[in-house]
Amino acid sequence: MRFVDEFRQPELISRAAEEIRRLAGTRHYRMMEVCGGHTHAIYRFGLKDILPANIELIHGPGCPVCVLPMGRIDDGLSIAQQPDVIFAAFGDMMRVPGTQGSPLEHKARGMDVRIVYSPSDALKLARLNPDKHVMFFAIGFETTAPSTALTMMRAKAEGIQNFSVFCNHVTIIPAIRAILDSPDMRLDAFIGPGHVSTVIGCRPYEWIAQNERKPIVVSGFEPLDILQSIVMLLRQLRAGEAKVENQYKRVVPWEGNRAALRAMAEVFQLRPYFEWRGLGFISQSALRVNDKYAKWDAEQRFDVPGVRVTDPKAAQCGEVLKGVLKPHQCKLFGRECTPEHPVGALMVSSEGSCAAYHSYEHRKAAMVASLSSIA
Amino acid sequence: MCLAIPGKIVEISSDNTRSALVDVVGVRRQIDLGLLQDDKPAPGDWVLIHVGFAMSKISETDALDQMNTLRMLGEIDGAMQEVQGYGLKDLDKADVN
Repeated sequence: MRFVDEFRQPELISRAAEEIRRLAGTRHYRMMEVCGGHTHAIYRFGLKDILPANIELIHGPGCPVCVLPMGRIDDGLSIAQQPDVIFAAFGDMMRVPGTQGSPLEHKARGMDVRIVYSPSDALKLARLNPDKHVMFFAIGFETTAPSTALTMMRAKAEGIQNFSVFCNHVTIIPAIRAILDSPDMRLDAFIGPGHVSTVIGCRPYEWIAQNERKPIVVSGFEPLDILQSIVMLLRQLRAGEAKVENQYKRVVPWEGNRAALRAMAEVFQLRPYFEWRGLGFISQSALRVNDKYAKWDAEQRFDVPGVRVTDPKAAQCGEVLKGVLKPHQCKLFGRECTPEHPVGALMVSSEGSCAAYHSYEHRKAAMVASLSSIA
Repeated sequence: MCLAIPGKIVEISSDNTRSALVDVVGVRRQIDLGLLQDDKPAPGDWVLIHVGFAMSKISETDALDQMNTLRMLGEIDGAMQEVQGYGLKDLDKADVN
């Protein structure tokens, strides 16, 4: 409970926790937080210590770095092997391993690899380096895809020829469907993603409530937000209801951001299928650049080897993603697979459930050990 | 990756209404307003910023709350590094070697 002291509203936190305990009674509930940001927050704040044992949180697929197949990193880096190509990506991508090493390791071997904090800065790099080609390695869910789309619209409008996007944008809804369709899955409810929903709004979740009869509450990221969302889910479950509710109204409009959706529709189309690390191939779960923007699509502009890398069999990422196993129950967890040397997808980014579990649970265990040695 | 950083609009670019100068805890950078064209912000408004683009308008209270959330999540340094990097500024400092 040591994290509780850091909370801004300790009384409200205690009251929410008490309400959860009361509503949950003795039944066991399994709730999935879809977004990696929520997973990070849950571990960071030690919310598992506050929740009663019969509320089980399953960590979902909402970490774009984690679910990116290794073959896509190899493909992107192979384009950047060509002369006069600059590989530009967000900092999160820099240490993610491909079969021949991460972008950072390729940089050490002489590849021109640049960190950008915005896709529009990748376009700026192209303006500044007219004799080079800048390829932006784009990742992210619907939170990030509109910014990539708008940047490509700018490139087209300005006629910038030495810029392209290697598109790995994915969409959250098909991943939720894949998890619900999986035979070994049993979930009672969903904590819906916060920032993805600023773009897509709340309507795309309605099928989860109406067809699958699972409540879903779009949630903010503070401890109180997450606990309130759990209260809202439990109230629905107790009443036998299944609705979409929005706990994060201060940021998420019900209709989403139409300008952002228009930008995505202008530039992207759905891929027939896309591979997710840990989940396999999922139909219509990712975006590709449409033919209108073919000139700015790295996949249409360059030869892409289409590398496929099978995840190591011993890594049980899929089971962890579906909540069948807890991170520490995977055979590789903390031994072969660590945040420093990730083998499986969920150890790759700090928002991945295994990495989050590793850093916070281990830190806690170390603290307990040092306290007991003092005692 | 999915950081949403609150910033206050200082000035809308006169030659290009699609970009604005924002202030994020004293750091001033240009951001893109293209995703808010249905609900254009004005100087003094607060917005949530993600990868250099304003994603939504929020109230001042919610902006301060969001900054507090980032602090609680231990993401302030990452957020400030991101904002400082907008416009390819300070890239040498931010670049990992």
